Amino acid sequence: MATQRTTLAGRVLVAPSVLLLFLWMVVPLAMTIYFSTLRYSLLDPDSVAFIGVQNYADFLHDPSFLGALFNTLVLVASVLLISVVGGLFVALLVDQPIFGQGIVRLMVIAPFLVMPTVSALVWKNLFMNPISGLFAWLAKSFGLPAVDWFTNWPMVAIVIIVAWQWLPFAALILLTALQSLDEEQKEAAALDGARPVSYLFYIILPHLARAITVVVLIETIFLLSVYAEILVTTKGGPGTATTNIPFLIYKQALLNFDVGGASAGGLVAVILANIVAIFLMRVVGKNLEA
Amino acid sequence: MAARRKFRHQLAMTALAWIVGLLIFFPILWTALTSFKTEVDAFAIPPKFVFFHWTLENYGVVQERSNYIAAATNSIVLSIGANVVGLLIAIPAAWSMAFAPITVVAKRQTRTMHALIVLVIALMALVAWLSAFRLLTSWWGYAALFVVVGLPVIYWIMTRRTTDVLMWMLSTKMMPAVGVLVPIYLLYRDYDLLDTRLGVGFLLMMVNLPIIIWMLFTYFKEIPVDILEAARMDGASLLNEIVHVLTPLAAPGIASTMLLSIILSWNEAFWTLRLTTTHAAPLTFLIAEYSSPEGLFWAKLSAASTLAIAPIVILGWFSQKQLVRGMTFGAVK
Repeated sequence: MATQRTTLAGRVLVAPSVLLLFLWMVVPLAMTIYFSTLRYSLLDPDSVAFIGVQNYADFLHDPSFLGALFNTLVLVASVLLISVVGGLFVALLVDQPIFGQGIVRLMVIAPFLVMPTVSALVWKNLFMNPISGLFAWLAKSFGLPAVDWFTNWPMVAIVIIVAWQWLPFAALILLTALQSLDEEQKEAAALDGARPVSYLFYIILPHLARAITVVVLIETIFLLSVYAEILVTTKGGPGTATTNIPFLIYKQALLNFDVGGASAGGLVAVILANIVAIFLMRVVGKNLEA
Repeated sequence: MAARRKFRHQLAMTALAWIVGLLIFFPILWTALTSFKTEVDAFAIPPKFVFFHWTLENYGVVQERSNYIAAATNSIVLSIGANVVGLLIAIPAAWSMAFAPITVVAKRQTRTMHALIVLVIALMALVAWLSAFRLLTSWWGYAALFVVVGLPVIYWIMTRRTTDVLMWMLSTKMMPAVGVLVPIYLLYRDYDLLDTRLGVGFLLMMVNLPIIIWMLFTYFKEIPVDILEAARMDGASLLNEIVHVLTPLAAPGIASTMLLSIILSWNEAFWTLRLTTTHAAPLTFLIAEYSSPEGLFWAKLSAASTLAIAPIVILGWFSQKQLVRGMTFGAVK
């Protein structure tokens, strides 16, 4: 349908965007690959040398890397579980014919719009402070000992903070998907006397399968790079208890000045994210064709 | 009877939903409340919910302590500036992809030949790239680098279908920032871009560009092409067509895109934290500085936080649909 001329014009118009994205992603990535093969310390910039895959070997043998990988997976998995199950519950609840649905919806979505540094600091101080925090007061009111979250349960604390931010996202997406459920199908199920449980398992969940997949994939990509929440609360500690891969790479690069090692770590992070991204792109691509 | 049971069910559900909603919203509410307390009240045990000495003093102190206005200005300039430039780049691209998509791909033989040509160019680029590392002090080095990088890219666009280009653009969004932290940081350090609005703004623009293009593309695709043809048949000039037909049709989509993208830039907390210190530091950075406490600071932290999140939470409430569309790349409707 498009003539030769509009085709050419179209390509010219797309070119600046492609070129910029290329410069911004592929070129730095190529540099990361290049740096990852060097012994390169910012403290000693004159002794740069090619050392092949040594950085990767060091990184993979470093116990702090395995720890960070483990922490990353724990963080991603727990937040996913909480936010998807919780989000589904909230979405189903708000989808009911309730009074003030709009306002409840607004309240539920709000945490997703709060900047990460704010939510992390508010939770850390106003809620999880072991002496004057709201949780400490609640615990004491029930006669329980107050929990020093960031000393004894640092990862749990981070999971709670991050889950609070992402549960609203899951709820919003799933609610949107729920509302596209066919009214007639709902009525038919009601007429057939479907019980709530079978209604959930045979009608709602199959309908939401795709939305749930998308939520899981997108959240995973974002959760793999959780950074600000850790920086302002635990700084990766105590010890390395909450150091995830992004934070480890940041420490390696900007606190230990090890460019080579940090670059190798960065590529490991890219590979991790890409494993998820491939699946996500497949889902998105299918939608694009349709 | 049935109606009454239904009503009772609805009441129960309403109560449950409100409780859950309030619980989720509570931290924000509590922050806002604490911002009106004195520091002593903020630390009080048991906590004071309504009956405390209401004061606006913290909002003044926030400014004294950390120059809130400078950070807020940076947030506004960065998120709006990055967006306007991003839109200027993205609109033509999204427009042409939506209205003149390239669906035909070259034959297999030609493609093989293309692949060979690209391979040769890429090899040349590699050689030039390696030598450019020594040339990086001269402008010639940059020009050479730009040409060798640009040529294969432009060639690549010329031979792809629109959907492939779009998918590639989206895939750049999935790259974790830490993967390119080191080179970006070093480049910024060497070229004095650290802690400048230009440098951070450029990054924010690039981080959101794929989403901007994607959102615009989906909105533009919904514009019926027949209307354009009808206008042309009625003898509308190109200018008339742009002013009276295209702009009104495209404006809502552009506005929605901008809304989402401002929210995302405002809350971006990786590059803003790493690349700024004072001059270009936005609100994310200002709040992060409260992580090293100085005495009693909860009420001040709450005041600064309330100011930082209020505009975006309100904007976000109006753009729930755009959030869904943009964040899921259109995979959920």
